[in-house]
Amino acid sequence: MEKKKTIAMRYTPVIGLEVHVELKTRSKMFCACSADYFGREPNTHTCPVCLGLPGALPVPNKKAIDWCILIGLALNCDISLFSKFDRKNYFYPDLSKGYQISQYDEPFCENGHVKISNGKRINIRRVHMEEDTGKLIHEAVDDQKVSLIDFNRSGVPLVEIVTEPDFESAEEVIEYLKTVQQIVRYLEVSNADMEKGNMRLEPNISLRKIKNSDLPKYKVEVKNINSFKFVEKTINFEIERQKKIFEGGKTPVQETRGWGEAKGETISQRSKEEAHDYRYFPEPDIPPIHWTESQVSHLKSQMIELPQTKFDRLRRVYGLSDYDAEILTKEKKTAIYFEEAVRLAKAIPTKTIANWIINKRIDIQNESVGRLIKQISMSHSSSIDESKLQSAIKDVIKDNEKAVNDYKNGKTSVIMFLIGNVMRKLKTKINPSIMKIALEKALRNSNG
Amino acid sequence: MKIDIAHVAKLANLPLSPKEEKKFEKQLSDVLGYIQKLNEVDTENVEPTFQVTGLETIVRCDTTFPSLSQDEALSGSTSTYNGLFKVEAIFGNGS
Amino acid sequence: MKLRSLTIKKATEGLKQKKFSSVELTKACLEKIKKLNPTLNAFISVCEEEALKDARKADKAMQNGNTSPLLGIPIALKDLFLTKGIRTTAGSKVLENYVPPFDATVVKKLKDAGAVIIGKTNCDAWAHGSSGENSDFGPTKNPWNTDYVPGGSSSGSAVAVASDMCTASTGTDTGGSIRLPASFCNVVGLKPTYGRVSRYGIVAMASSLDSIGHFTKTVEDAALLLSITAGNDSMDATTPQKQVPDYPKSLNRKPRELMLGIPKEYFLTGIDPEIKELTTKALSVLRVSNYHTQEISLPHTEYANACYYIIQPAEVSSNLARYDGIRYGFRRETFGDEAKRRIMLGTYTLSSGYYDAYYKKAMKVRTLITRDFDEAFKIVDAIIAPVSPTPAWKIGEKIDDPLKMYLSDIFTVTANLAGIPGLSIPIGFTKNGLPVGIQILGPQFAEETLFEIGKAFEEATQNETWRKRKP
Repeated sequence: MEKKKTIAMRYTPVIGLEVHVELKTRSKMFCACSADYFGREPNTHTCPVCLGLPGALPVPNKKAIDWCILIGLALNCDISLFSKFDRKNYFYPDLSKGYQISQYDEPFCENGHVKISNGKRINIRRVHMEEDTGKLIHEAVDDQKVSLIDFNRSGVPLVEIVTEPDFESAEEVIEYLKTVQQIVRYLEVSNADMEKGNMRLEPNISLRKIKNSDLPKYKVEVKNINSFKFVEKTINFEIERQKKIFEGGKTPVQETRGWGEAKGETISQRSKEEAHDYRYFPEPDIPPIHWTESQVSHLKSQMIELPQTKFDRLRRVYGLSDYDAEILTKEKKTAIYFEEAVRLAKAIPTKTIANWIINKRIDIQNESVGRLIKQISMSHSSSIDESKLQSAIKDVIKDNEKAVNDYKNGKTSVIMFLIGNVMRKLKTKINPSIMKIALEKALRNSNG
Repeated sequence: MKIDIAHVAKLANLPLSPKEEKKFEKQLSDVLGYIQKLNEVDTENVEPTFQVTGLETIVRCDTTFPSLSQDEALSGSTSTYNGLFKVEAIFGNGS
Repeated sequence: MKLRSLTIKKATEGLKQKKFSSVELTKACLEKIKKLNPTLNAFISVCEEEALKDARKADKAMQNGNTSPLLGIPIALKDLFLTKGIRTTAGSKVLENYVPPFDATVVKKLKDAGAVIIGKTNCDAWAHGSSGENSDFGPTKNPWNTDYVPGGSSSGSAVAVASDMCTASTGTDTGGSIRLPASFCNVVGLKPTYGRVSRYGIVAMASSLDSIGHFTKTVEDAALLLSITAGNDSMDATTPQKQVPDYPKSLNRKPRELMLGIPKEYFLTGIDPEIKELTTKALSVLRVSNYHTQEISLPHTEYANACYYIIQPAEVSSNLARYDGIRYGFRRETFGDEAKRRIMLGTYTLSSGYYDAYYKKAMKVRTLITRDFDEAFKIVDAIIAPVSPTPAWKIGEKIDDPLKMYLSDIFTVTANLAGIPGLSIPIGFTKNGLPVGIQILGPQFAEETLFEIGKAFEEATQNETWRKRKP
């Protein structure tokens, strides 16, 4: 026990992430096939280009590139004015050309960062574009084990986001992933759904001695993680696995492993192969990309309000709690809905609107803002003549000078007494919250 | 110039017989010897030419065009199953 | 007058004037193919049925007043050009049974212009070769002497035109694969500017070097074909938006007094004395035709071949990676020796640790070679040079020595490295009866200049006895 504790304290995780985000463009990265491949009949979204037929040539999708730049900007990256595509050469049945068109040494975006809640800054090395591969399905056909290939996904645009090895725990990784997911959803460039495979990640995990600030000389890449639940399990399992190896006086092997949910462990995927030699060289079929400063500025100026900024602003402007602000800004459409409701509703307190949206699970797709406001108003009171209300309030303030002064001197509980008076004067039941706001306003504006 | 044929053939996914390996080793070494000639050229401060066209930023709009039919896509292969290309079972990973 | 020996121009006229029909013209070519192909092996696939069907359609269209520029003209395609529904092999057993589901852009353009596709011609497998001997379907023979090579890699296409098996044919030129066989077979061969003609749907050899061109009987025909095949293609990102001039019309312009450069480096190497003699004679003809000549220097010429044999195999190794037998074709064991050699050479030079020393270095030398041409074209309008240091060689002579074979490209690779156009025209025969040609090189997109000079030479020599020879 003691020994374990000592070892546990001696080592700290060093984790870097590669996240792939699948863009929801209409067409694929280098051809005009539909990129909407999920659930389609196999091999019905292919053409000579993405199927790797002889003589086919790639032509890049401008929107995909624009969206990659937007992601880079949202992640605080520098945008390279000169960029190009490169060929990454390797053989695999789901790679129709025998090479993947990707970016090697001149990616679109570099040197970004994301802040996570513990104050740590996760540095982003690069954000670049590449194309997706086909899908391999392993099955038994006629009692024989075979692999089946569907190229519908081949050529779909992917943005790869690579971080520096700045993570030290599964929690940090998960928070980062959720942040990235939220950002790309806000930008409406991807559905970033891990279960559907439009956001994928590969962590590189190693351990280093706490006292040693050098990066470890090995790293283990882990694949096949397709939900947030697995992220935590996988990373923690792998950290433990590596710790045990160090315990035994050895160093973990540099390799690729896959998460096996059935056994709840990572499994080595490498045979005795050496590391891939991708033989990168510039893609001769695609001329280089040259942005101008003004084009980049134009994209920058089109940047929407990102989640963090929206969160901060909503808290500040509407006096929302952290909790409420977080829920309301989780999805952009919720925040927009909320702000629209506040704008249209004159007498309903912001907090009430927030509560309704958060707690009563309003279906914001189908319930118009107008209807929501009506619903809120109706549930709290019958309608009241505004001028009668104002007149009643005026009278009550006039008649209760002492109470008003007390209120103004800080005895805010007095307002309940004043509310009661107004109600008696009006002889109708009114939503106390509405009353309260109207009274508070009037009190603020009265002199004396 | 010695070239590790076995390693190169593996990278190139070309199965070779030992006889072929030997034959190609000699032939390729000869060619490699010849191309060493380029070392005579001073290329200090010379930019590489990757594109003779001088073109830049050639892109297309995000519009779709009808794909090949499933039959057309599969037409070149003799090993298919339920609309999918069929190969021997693959173990291990790609990239 | 034999129909099959007509040029496009004359055939089009004859068809318009109803002197004969496209069916008759096509049949004449098909007969010649039947007669000669067993010996010459110029065609891998002959599209007899489809061709006659297209010819009948063309005749009908002509009756209805259709005046498409190639209507009813039999054209052969190098078997690198994908043809929908028609077998396309690239000269390799890997694609022996491959029937593509789409047409190359150039094939579409030719069809739209009314051409009758008569067959797919033999070539060195994957365009890897300078002699036509690397075809997996047997070597093509030179029609002027069947013991000799016709040149490659577009061997079948050159032979088909030379022996009147068709009116014109297409080819590709990555390191001389149009210009060399054109000069060995006594036909006109055009290598356009890189990017002038779309590469979409043509089996890729070396992506940054492949140029799509054709073989014809006259320079005028070459200009006509280019006006149809040239132009921007949205499916090929390396084709500029640059407008396509009316090439045939430009030939009717008043001829200009141009300055021709003679690169001294092309005459230094062990060039065959007969080639030197014939070239010198051709130059004097040009001088008489109102051209000036001056010696120029292209100092990096001696490095061009080494440069080419790094860049080309590197790109080849990547372009041939898609042939894994899964989606089409046979498995990689089926590749022939030359393909295997080039794939491995390319894989090696791109591999870890070697990229800078080989590929990147070669791309820098490429810049220097391009600069040589840029400098030269500041003082001359075009360059005249031999196509090959030797005339055609005997079949089997170089086949066991790949390096020896590669050295036959030394005069042609420079144009591909610089991306400039080259027109190969016949200038005579050796004492042995083997054809010799010269190449006219110009700046990028200066094909009009090349045609102008080529036509002037044709006209100046039209009555020479060697012009009357037939294979």
